[in-house]
Amino acid sequence: MNKQPGTRGLIFNEPQLWEKSREGRCAVSLPKADVERAEIAPHLMGDAPGLPQLSELDVVRHYTRLSQWNFGVDSGMYPLGSCTMKYNPKTNEVQAARQGFAGAHPLAGKEFSQGALKLMYDLEQALGEITGFPAVTLQPAAGAHGELAGMLMIHAYHAKKGKQRSKIIIPDTAHGTNPASASLCGYESVNIKSGEKGILEPATVAAVMDEDTAGIMITNPNTLGLFEENIREICDIVHAKGGLVYGDGANMNAIMGIVKPGDLGIDVLHLNLHKTFSTPHGGGGPGSGPVSVVKELIPFLPVPRIEKNRDGKDLSSYKFVTDCPDSIGRLHTFYGHFGVMIKAYSYILSMGGKGLREASQLAVLNANYIKESLKGTLNLPYDRPCMHECVFNDKYQQENHITTMDMAKRLLDYGFHPPTIYFPLVVDAAFMVEPTETESKEDIDQFIDAVKAIAKEAKLDPEKLKKAPLLTKVTRLDEVTAARKPCLRG
Amino acid sequence: MKEISDLNFPEDVKYTKDHEWSKSCGDIVTIGLSDYAQDQLGEIVFVELPEVGDSFSQGDEFGSVESVKAVSEVYIPISGEIVGINEDLEDAPELVNEDCYEGGWIIKIKPEDPSQLDDLMDKAAYLNMLKG
Repeated sequence: MNKQPGTRGLIFNEPQLWEKSREGRCAVSLPKADVERAEIAPHLMGDAPGLPQLSELDVVRHYTRLSQWNFGVDSGMYPLGSCTMKYNPKTNEVQAARQGFAGAHPLAGKEFSQGALKLMYDLEQALGEITGFPAVTLQPAAGAHGELAGMLMIHAYHAKKGKQRSKIIIPDTAHGTNPASASLCGYESVNIKSGEKGILEPATVAAVMDEDTAGIMITNPNTLGLFEENIREICDIVHAKGGLVYGDGANMNAIMGIVKPGDLGIDVLHLNLHKTFSTPHGGGGPGSGPVSVVKELIPFLPVPRIEKNRDGKDLSSYKFVTDCPDSIGRLHTFYGHFGVMIKAYSYILSMGGKGLREASQLAVLNANYIKESLKGTLNLPYDRPCMHECVFNDKYQQENHITTMDMAKRLLDYGFHPPTIYFPLVVDAAFMVEPTETESKEDIDQFIDAVKAIAKEAKLDPEKLKKAPLLTKVTRLDEVTAARKPCLRG
Repeated sequence: MKEISDLNFPEDVKYTKDHEWSKSCGDIVTIGLSDYAQDQLGEIVFVELPEVGDSFSQGDEFGSVESVKAVSEVYIPISGEIVGINEDLEDAPELVNEDCYEGGWIIKIKPEDPSQLDDLMDKAAYLNMLKG
């Protein structure tokens, strides 16, 4: 086996800033005041807030040391299934940091914001083209917020038709947030099972679809990483009873430039710009969940919407409009997370249509390569061509009492971020790998070798795996005691 | 997880398809989770209990059990009013893992219609279901 990236290096200990604080130590020398001292009214005075007192070097070392404990896609492969942790080209950050964008303010008024408005307008057009829909809103803050926006529009559509419906169909291979979004709109979830091949059977949908059902929420490709091949027939069944089809486009990274969801019969679809369109994510930073809709749903889009008039060249060409009486209303302050939009726009323009298509092709190729390479090592419950991710489980390791959790923890020692585990729920003890298009064959081979080595350890030295990770700063955590007797104060 | 043959299924309780057990004693029925359920859930870290006096109909969700793996709802095997809850589980949810038929019982109810117990499975039927 080739050398693995994981190793034991110098791992720093680092106390909290409070513990490093010393009375009187200071990181800045403020210039002398060049204005007269003004007295503050006594009732506004109080004790200064307690802040740690530190030198500049204390602060720099603190954060630099903490950063050494971090693992991100910039340090190694991060095959977290369902999350699309691909590499985000640095040019997108450069564009977002340009002074004109970074210094823009949403209250500056349209005559000072034409560039920002044009970017958002053009991004909506580009996403409309990629997804195959005539209109897009960029407002939702992230994926689940996009789902909520989509479901609110479906709700508004039925209300406008004069008869509200009470149920939504949700398959077991949909994203877990789908039922929550439907419930927030007052719909009851009707859960249905996928068929033997891991995809939905039209007959299953037909059996529950009725005129009291508002529609269906389908994740395609689904959470097993499989393409819902019967999607058109399913859309026809739902439409025939007056329902609408919500498409969860979180897995769009598998089909960009290849399939337009709008062509499949889907009526409303959200995207995750922070996954598919290249914004660093996973640390809780801002996301963006634009929603595309068919013509019939345009009146219900959230306000404000962006419009372009005349030739697009004067200072009032792009503007926000709010005069949309059937709109579901405002979903976010101003117009969503602008920084993420800049990165997505930069990514789309720098990749081009052909580049986006190739990205999806490589994402699918990489996942299939891993699936084929590891299917004798780990159990593969659905042995079919996959899309951008593949789902194994620990069935072969059970005889040695080794679980998916043990193998995932051990991968840390080999220098990889573990895959998603125990999701999707349709596979018992799932081990869900999404390599993305940005990993090279060499890096993927290293990952495959690591998993094979771990499977061997599961047979020869299972006790070691039960204690893994062994090389990390913090080894196996006692999750049970942490959950039973949580210590919530320092 | 254990093999089904390594798990304990007493003869004197009745089982549901959702893996609760019920045991009748006088006019009170005690309810808990089967050995199979606790083994599947793994280490249990929290049990959410109903309140004494609450009433539930057969099949209603009356609480939940949280393990390191998942949160699972628990359903009442027969209709009735809660007359006792196992308060020991608040500080020691692991009792459900360690002693699921005795110290790890969850609720006691006064059944609305004791004949509903006849709908439940005996040990042989439950084992058949588990072996599929």
